[in-house]
Amino acid sequence: MSDEKRIDDATGTETTGHTWDGIEELNTPLPRWWLWTFYATIVWGVIYTILFPAWPLVSGATSGVLGWSTRGDVAADIEAVNLSNAELRDSLVSIDLAVLEENEPLHRFAVSAGASVFANNCSQCHGAGAAGVQAAGYPNLLDDDWLWGGQITDIADTVRHGIRNEDDPDARWSEMPAFGDMLEREEIAALVAHVQALGGLEHDTTLAATGSELYLDNCASCHADNGLGDRTVGAPNLTDAIWLYGSSDEALTETIANARFGVMPPWGERLGEAQVRAVSAYVHGLGGGERPVGE
Amino acid sequence: MTDTTQTPAPTADDKPTFHQRFERNATLLMVSSLLVVSIGGIVEIAPLFWLENTIEEVEGVRPYSPLELAGRDIYIREGCYVCHSQMIRPMRDEVERYGHYSLAAESMYDHPFQWGSKRTGPDLARVGGRYSDEWHVDHLIDPQSVVPESVMPKYAFLADTALDTSMIEATVSTHAFVGVPYTDEMIEAAASDIRVQVDPFGDIDGLLERYPGAQVRNFDGLPALTEMDALVAYLQILGTMVDFSTFEPDASR
Repeated sequence: MSDEKRIDDATGTETTGHTWDGIEELNTPLPRWWLWTFYATIVWGVIYTILFPAWPLVSGATSGVLGWSTRGDVAADIEAVNLSNAELRDSLVSIDLAVLEENEPLHRFAVSAGASVFANNCSQCHGAGAAGVQAAGYPNLLDDDWLWGGQITDIADTVRHGIRNEDDPDARWSEMPAFGDMLEREEIAALVAHVQALGGLEHDTTLAATGSELYLDNCASCHADNGLGDRTVGAPNLTDAIWLYGSSDEALTETIANARFGVMPPWGERLGEAQVRAVSAYVHGLGGGERPVGE
Repeated sequence: MTDTTQTPAPTADDKPTFHQRFERNATLLMVSSLLVVSIGGIVEIAPLFWLENTIEEVEGVRPYSPLELAGRDIYIREGCYVCHSQMIRPMRDEVERYGHYSLAAESMYDHPFQWGSKRTGPDLARVGGRYSDEWHVDHLIDPQSVVPESVMPKYAFLADTALDTSMIEATVSTHAFVGVPYTDEMIEAAASDIRVQVDPFGDIDGLLERYPGAQVRNFDGLPALTEMDALVAYLQILGTMVDFSTFEPDASR
């Protein structure tokens, strides 16, 4: 290895002075543009730490002269979007839901916003197409069979407070008793037949006759004498063709013996009033929405 | 320097330059490299141990109850973290989809944390209270029964597997060892607390005093204490400990 540097004849570049078996190493200088870019990044690095949060000190890091923060950034982002439709949101929050449909542009805004809210928060139980999960207790929202009421204000109340949850004191609440502890096997079989009769399904007529009396004693207080149900306690209508947990002998026996009812979380706090109203308008418009009667 | 003729090898009294000293001494080069590389680590990591704002103090965050902790172990055992993150980043799309961005304090008792970096399924940092227990049970048994488009595998066996509670005291005390503030009383009561939390008619006062806000109910609806109970109890507490209606974010963080 030689330490003597010289100018290489072929390239005119200085050597490093290193020689191995007669092979020398050229000390080619870094390209100018590269070198200056490198210096520029160092300068920019220093400027950057002055502008943005960077250097750790005793109790916290420097906050930067621009005052930028991740949290401020996301808050400003959300604020900007909220501001862009603040007028529509405000009127959606303050309007009487019963007359929302008459305000065409506002209603359209609510329904399309509601569709997003539904996809994000409701579809996991009620399905992406809102058809629920058949015979598994997740109600179909496309039909006109409502457990707790199908007017838009009823739907908004259900969304806001939920059903049978322990988080919201205003949640809709009712619990069907488990009749397996109170009735005999044969009595439950008779009730099953009677409930099938109410629903216009094929059934054992002899059993149904016995079941009719049992029904009046045990079930009618919630499901009504004629089986039409009672929405104030979320008791389903038993005369229609819609069965939350199925209408087979087995399914009905299970329902009567062990009692089944769903739980829905409260969404008022999580979503905020504007989104609650938007998703209610969306669900109300899916097909089964009811309107106030009379006048 | 500038002569162009080949010169003989250097003589002994040639003084090596500053740079040559490092190049020609392997030990000196390695030690010096280590020093240089350490500076980056020291500047980035060391301050986290003394900066007061590394973890902002937040009301409501408490250590997991024994049942939740057992559920968390199942979450880790089944590799849920492979597809699910637990970290809502401070960006508009995340906040609007999942809720308030995650705070460092919310995973301060997680050893190891479950932030994750891969989302095949959704983020679970605030899944608590979002669905009913029944939904979780149905969904874990057969995810496609409630979400047909899901690619999640089935975990039906959790409902058939009794929860092994024999190690819970050791688990809790291990977490205490690594810094979770479990008291001796909590460790002693762990074996009974894990059962009390699924029995609404049991003696729940002690449990609720030790773990405020713990949800007490039969999570899977089955008579036995199963792994399903533990996992659902864990999922239902995720992201619910901090009351965001009273939380004031520190802006410069």
